[in-house]
Amino acid sequence: MKLTHLLLRTLFVAACLVLSGVTTTLAKEALPMAQDPVLEKRLILISEELRCLVCQNESLASSRAELANDLREEVRKLISQNQSDQQIKDYLVSRYGDFVLYRPQVKPLTWVLWFGPFLLLVVAVWGMFSYVRQRQSAQTTVAALSDADRHKAQAILNSGDAP
Amino acid sequence: MIVEIGHFALILAAFVALVQGVLPLAGTMNGHQRWQALARPAAIVQFLLIAFSYGVLTNAAVTDDFSVKYIAEHSNSLLPVQYKVASVWGGHEGSLLMWVLMLSGWTLAVALFSRTLPLAMVARVIAVLGFVSVGFLSFILITSSPFERLLPAALDGRDLNPLLQDPGLVIHPPMLYMGYVGFSVAFAFAISALLSGRMDAAWARWSRPWTVVAWIFMTAGIALGSWWAYYELGWGGWWFWDPVENASLMPWLFGTALIHALMVTDKRGGFKAWSVLLAIGAFSLCLLGTFLVRSGVLTSVHAFASDPKRGVFILIFLALVVGISLTLFAWRAPKATLGGKIALVSRESMLLANSVLLVVATGAVLLGTIYPLIIDAMNLGKLSVGAPYFNAVFVPLMVPIVFLMVPGGIAHWRESRGKELGRQMRWPALAAVLAAAVILIFSERGTWLTAMGMALAAWVVVGLLVQIVARVQKPGRIPLSFWGMHLAHLGIAVVVVGITLVKGYEIERDVRMGLNDTVSIENYSFELVGLNEVNGPNYKAMRATVNVTKDQKPLEVLYPEKRRYFSSAMPMTEAAIDAGPLRDLYVSLGEAIEGDKPQWSVRVYYKPFVSWLWYGAILMVLGGLLAVSDRRYRKSALSAAS
Amino acid sequence: MKKFFIPLGIFLVLVAFLAIGLKRNPQEIPSPLLGKPAPLFSLNTLDAGGVKFGPQNMKGKVWMLNVWATWCVACRDEHPLLVALSKANQLPIVGLNYKEVQAQDAPAGRQLTPEEKLRIARERSAVWLQRLGDPYAVSVFDLDGRVGIDYGVYGVPETYIIDKEGVIRFKTVGAVTLETLQSQILPLLQKLNAS
Repeated sequence: MKLTHLLLRTLFVAACLVLSGVTTTLAKEALPMAQDPVLEKRLILISEELRCLVCQNESLASSRAELANDLREEVRKLISQNQSDQQIKDYLVSRYGDFVLYRPQVKPLTWVLWFGPFLLLVVAVWGMFSYVRQRQSAQTTVAALSDADRHKAQAILNSGDAP
Repeated sequence: MIVEIGHFALILAAFVALVQGVLPLAGTMNGHQRWQALARPAAIVQFLLIAFSYGVLTNAAVTDDFSVKYIAEHSNSLLPVQYKVASVWGGHEGSLLMWVLMLSGWTLAVALFSRTLPLAMVARVIAVLGFVSVGFLSFILITSSPFERLLPAALDGRDLNPLLQDPGLVIHPPMLYMGYVGFSVAFAFAISALLSGRMDAAWARWSRPWTVVAWIFMTAGIALGSWWAYYELGWGGWWFWDPVENASLMPWLFGTALIHALMVTDKRGGFKAWSVLLAIGAFSLCLLGTFLVRSGVLTSVHAFASDPKRGVFILIFLALVVGISLTLFAWRAPKATLGGKIALVSRESMLLANSVLLVVATGAVLLGTIYPLIIDAMNLGKLSVGAPYFNAVFVPLMVPIVFLMVPGGIAHWRESRGKELGRQMRWPALAAVLAAAVILIFSERGTWLTAMGMALAAWVVVGLLVQIVARVQKPGRIPLSFWGMHLAHLGIAVVVVGITLVKGYEIERDVRMGLNDTVSIENYSFELVGLNEVNGPNYKAMRATVNVTKDQKPLEVLYPEKRRYFSSAMPMTEAAIDAGPLRDLYVSLGEAIEGDKPQWSVRVYYKPFVSWLWYGAILMVLGGLLAVSDRRYRKSALSAAS
Repeated sequence: MKKFFIPLGIFLVLVAFLAIGLKRNPQEIPSPLLGKPAPLFSLNTLDAGGVKFGPQNMKGKVWMLNVWATWCVACRDEHPLLVALSKANQLPIVGLNYKEVQAQDAPAGRQLTPEEKLRIARERSAVWLQRLGDPYAVSVFDLDGRVGIDYGVYGVPETYIIDKEGVIRFKTVGAVTLETLQSQILPLLQKLNAS
């Protein structure tokens, strides 16, 4: 009994192995779209920071526009020529201007953009601290009643009626 | 004929809104109670008129009345009926009509649920809302009427943009607009407080629930938009820092700041002027958003077709509303008294820090969004500010805000001892360090950014657990608002986990597949087993059949499609998603590839924890709902009825 | 309490910028090539003779480079103006035919060879120019768009004015209008020819 059980189990496992082997030879692992996946990875990283010039605010990485295809091809060429990221960006900026960069270059024109928020943070934190320090010296000044309100209150107190 | 009646109803509504604005407000200045009492009925009449008008437009859409120009431009006879209804808000004119419908709806709600408020305050609030309504109604009637006729009538409509033919469109804009418009109520309360000269805690108490409800809608609206983009656009992105997205994020950030500042104004009478300013700011950002989206000054995938005349009108309206509000603020706010003394380490100061930091974060987003405009306006050239900038600047600014959620909850009002606070925060701190260590040591792809994100989330979660445990051990009822706060904060932590893990660990494979080819990611395998042509109601599609297995065991069959709508040249990708609590599997079908044997480009994504973005948003909405249903608000409504 | 006026002040500045912004077109991209030498190229011409052409051939003359294609609708709009301009003998116009042959022109299952593309492009252009008039002193073919990229072309039609030293002095995107011609191009020509 035990022997047949063992035999059947082995057969079953063997069958599985054989069958899986069969399916793996039939099915093929799909090839990547890109000719060179390493290059493609770098292309994606760079083109995510570039703007598609003919789209309504899309990156060069995601756009399907014709010009986007051409520009991606151009970037591929530049990558395969071992150009650095900065060189590739400069190449495109010299042809299309700063508009093509989604990460604005840090230069006097964009100092307010890049340092503004940090400056605002510093000012805000300083403002907060000075305000709280001001509130340390307790001023629980209760608002004085305006004349009209005082008369009203007086009238209520005098009349004894519920308001 | 009925279309013209609908148009006329709108004109009437504009006059009613004018009356609603002028008389009750005048009544508060000269003491005429009767004029003040006009506010509520005026709000009711205005709502009925606008609802009728909106109903007329919807009816025109559903009955395929292509003699109405707007319907001819945005609808189509083949469109399924839910999209005909949705097409009403698919374009500029109709979406504005929905805006005023919601505005009148919120005003009606204020009129109906304000029995416990003094008449003068109700009169002011409804009057302010009336003036806002006048502005929008004039805008519609003068520049953007959806009731314009097309004669001769079109044979068929141009069709709704295929991107919008999706359940997401049916719910995302209405939710978002409910939020946008909802902040007008907080605004109206703030202006009312300024006008009356009484910027006391009462104003804050009354406007809190309204503000939270608006915030809930806004949260839901933004999350829905993000979710919709994720599954609809075909490549799994969920936030692009597009100007229109930013236009919805900015009021949300301000709204969050406002909710927290109002807590202090309500409970402790502090930050009166600051809360008023935040309320004005939140609504101003809503109006600014309207301007940015509809004027054509910024390029965006979301932008409506622009017209400079419209832009001028909205800008003037924006300038008037906000200009008058801020002038009123500058004049009246200095008279607001200060609240009690607060220590450097106290709940007040934490909440102040929260709102100040959120304002800074909003400022950063605003700066990035309009910087290209500023540079262009000064003739200094054209540049672009995109996702890389916002990610670099916004994320660091949000970290301290999320961090403060823990000490903010633990700290006492008025004064908290630093040492005591530190002692209570040791468990969250430990959890944070552990989380970071786990990521850095055990995860091969874990970066320090991922570690920081997880540390922050652990900090928040353990922090709120510590607070819950401490509170439960104390005697006394725990108000719903307590649970609401922690649920909402938990929601934020969940979103942080989602963002951190999906950005840190997502995998994409872009492959060419023939029949029976497979591609694998992690322990999942995707096999293309079939490709058929299918016919939809108004499109033709190529549908792929993809068998998904996990650890070699069959898991799911996915059907990504590439659709070609009859009305549009551009092909649409309908991605197939296997969503799960721990990961999404996302398959997107591309174009057929030229070659000797038939192949298609297919993109397969493995996105871990992306659903946590949506779960987190749901938790935030639930938290808000709990906070609003707190006894205090129901009690005041009950006492009003008695 | 002057500080309470700060929010109003900031807002007014913002409104001022937005008002100015309304008059601008966010889609218009200024060219960084103005004042720089025209990028060199060497492309096939309409004549099947095989002799190539480039900006270096135009040294010493003020000339116009017009980027166009037969599939471009706006090019048709500006074409009569260009024909009239060439007849008035103001300056030589070089036509840069941009990406004439597209993906859908290829027969199913294979790609077109460069020679085939050139042949198709030449045929199509010849027919088109014969029908609508040929304002071009020379017609060259940028089949893959590479030269277009060098010139920062992002949407046809685009037109450049290049001076005697081969430096780009002017660029306009979109169809050339009578207004552009009168207010910008002709005055510029006068200035450049005088130097």
